[in-house]
Amino acid sequence: PAIAILSYFIFFQQRIEIHKLRQGDNLILGFSIGGGIDQDPTQNPFSEDKTDKGIYVTRVTEGGPAEVAGLQIGDKIMQVNGWDMTMVTHDQARKRLTKRNEEVVRLLVTRQSLQKAVQQSMMS
Amino acid sequence: KIESLKVTVDFLKVPLGLKKPPLKEALAAVPGPGRPKLLGVERHKPRRSDTMDNESQYSGYSYKSGHSRSSRKHRDRRDRHRSKSRDGSRGDKSVTIQAPGEPLLDNESTRGDERDDNWGETTTVVTGTSEHSISHDDITRITKDMEDSAHLDCSRHLGVSLAGALALLAFLTPLAFMLLPQLLWREELEPCGTPCEGLFISVAFKLLILLLGSWALFFRRPKAFFPRVFVFRALLMVLVFLLVVSYWLFYGVRILDSRDRNYQGVVQYAVSLVDALLFVHYLAVVLLELRQLQPQFTLKAVRSADGASRFYNVGHLSIQRAAVWILENYYHDFPVYNPALLNLPKSVLSKKMSGFKVYSLGEENTTNNSTGQSRAVIAAAARRRDNSHNEYYYEEAEHERRVRKRRARLVVAVEEAFTHIKRLQEEDQKNPREIMDPREAAQAIFASMARAMQKYLRTTKQQPYHTMESILQHLEFCITHDMTPKVRRGRGERYLTAGPTIQYHKDRWLAKQWTLVSEEPVTNGLKDGVVFVLKRQDFSLVVSTKKIPFFKLSEEFVDPKSHKFVMRLQSETSV
Repeated sequence: PAIAILSYFIFFQQRIEIHKLRQGDNLILGFSIGGGIDQDPTQNPFSEDKTDKGIYVTRVTEGGPAEVAGLQIGDKIMQVNGWDMTMVTHDQARKRLTKRNEEVVRLLVTRQSLQKAVQQSMMS
Repeated sequence: KIESLKVTVDFLKVPLGLKKPPLKEALAAVPGPGRPKLLGVERHKPRRSDTMDNESQYSGYSYKSGHSRSSRKHRDRRDRHRSKSRDGSRGDKSVTIQAPGEPLLDNESTRGDERDDNWGETTTVVTGTSEHSISHDDITRITKDMEDSAHLDCSRHLGVSLAGALALLAFLTPLAFMLLPQLLWREELEPCGTPCEGLFISVAFKLLILLLGSWALFFRRPKAFFPRVFVFRALLMVLVFLLVVSYWLFYGVRILDSRDRNYQGVVQYAVSLVDALLFVHYLAVVLLELRQLQPQFTLKAVRSADGASRFYNVGHLSIQRAAVWILENYYHDFPVYNPALLNLPKSVLSKKMSGFKVYSLGEENTTNNSTGQSRAVIAAAARRRDNSHNEYYYEEAEHERRVRKRRARLVVAVEEAFTHIKRLQEEDQKNPREIMDPREAAQAIFASMARAMQKYLRTTKQQPYHTMESILQHLEFCITHDMTPKVRRGRGERYLTAGPTIQYHKDRWLAKQWTLVSEEPVTNGLKDGVVFVLKRQDFSLVVSTKKIPFFKLSEEFVDPKSHKFVMRLQSETSV
């Protein structure tokens, strides 16, 4: 029972490693982000809490590096290569993801479906 | 247990100053004029029928003749009085009270205000009747009405004369105060110079102002007779009476007995009385006029026959005054009552009436049985498949279509007719034979649109309300004032839609006879939730009161500099 209670406080997170794809002069990751502390959180369709100003994945291009790595639409990005993404502006987030000298980005994401699955498995 | 008080109020059209014939003569006279009046009604029918239409059914007259004998006789008696009286009365309404067994209230306080001769707005009448008399036959009822009216007029005249006497007394008292010392002990009086003259002038002007004010406030033709004393007016009369009496008392004791020499003091005493009277007049203005202006209640008046309803805002009024207010507004707000429009078409109704027969199988408990029975019947009727709504719908749609078609025809006919009429310009030299006055012009164009109009009115069942005479008059009016056909059509709205009752000929709204039914005494003020009913023979107006809610207005200050805006976006960047 103590473990069950504790598990409620653990956010189920997943680590995703994306290898950037070179397209001409750019390195692309193959997804789109939305959100940020300078944005309107109430318009975010993916967040459970409408005051959440975090960075969410709004689109994942088919066959792109993100999809291959396992990123899904609606994921909330918590960290990029160790940098926190929960309290950044939209532009800062974009910059952190598109650094020219990085070929691989390691994201820490959390997913609602995962959370629910964990809760259900804990309860049963 | 408090019994509910039912006050019956009849509004009669009896102008003031009419002498009431003695009872026997009136009774004997009733059958006489009754018959010619009936014949008059009959005579109207054929005349109308050959001018308007070949139709023999006039719903207006037919329902009038369907009324009880008593009400018609009642009306006839009233009409007889109306024809007898010879002042151009403008719609006086009076009220007879038929309160069961109420003793006459203080006779002095019956009358309204103190300054009027031809103004009797309130009256009470003692009747020896009990509630049983209502169910007697017609003659008894007429006798009772006669008695009541006789009583009414007697007490009304008494009250009016009393009020007039009191007014006169109050008016002359200051003058008397000032004149009596001069007359009685002139030699002993001290001479009194400019202050007295100033006081004389002020008394004169104040009395003049009082006179004008009373004339403006009280010398008004009463619009209705109330069944009960008007509390405020009674109060004012009593106040004036007490005032005058106390002044006379002091005058008698202090001045007359002791023969006071100080004439200036006497004059000042008189001036103080005039001031007091002016203040009473002010009080009258406030109580009678100003208090009811601020809206406090919303009255909803619903006509029971067809559900037409209106809302009115009134201030603090007693129930009887509110009733009169409602009636005044009724005549110009409510569309005219057309009983012909109310019934479902016969084809719809004829199928409905196959009832259920319920047989009781020997149960002893009757009350339970009856409610159970009725409930069973209702439930069974509801379950039965009923298609009459279908027919009703189609009938309605058909009627609507017909009305529209006829209306279009009427509109076109009116337009065409009006294009032929042109106002005579001075320059045009026309043959004198061709020049017509408005009446002839109206007759000329009426012929061309008569048929279309007849058909339209027949379809909308309005033909009892519009005699040919009234239509011609209306046409004359339009022509005289150069109304274009469009305006004429707009004014023809008065034919196209049922207009308010008051615009029809007087005979249409002949019954100014309304009965006020209320559970509370009618001099009570309006309160939230009071309901009273104004009855006529064929429908009634149910009036319910609601208090206007207390509004809590709070203030919020908006700094103009606080209007600042930001763009809130949800941008999406692809990485």
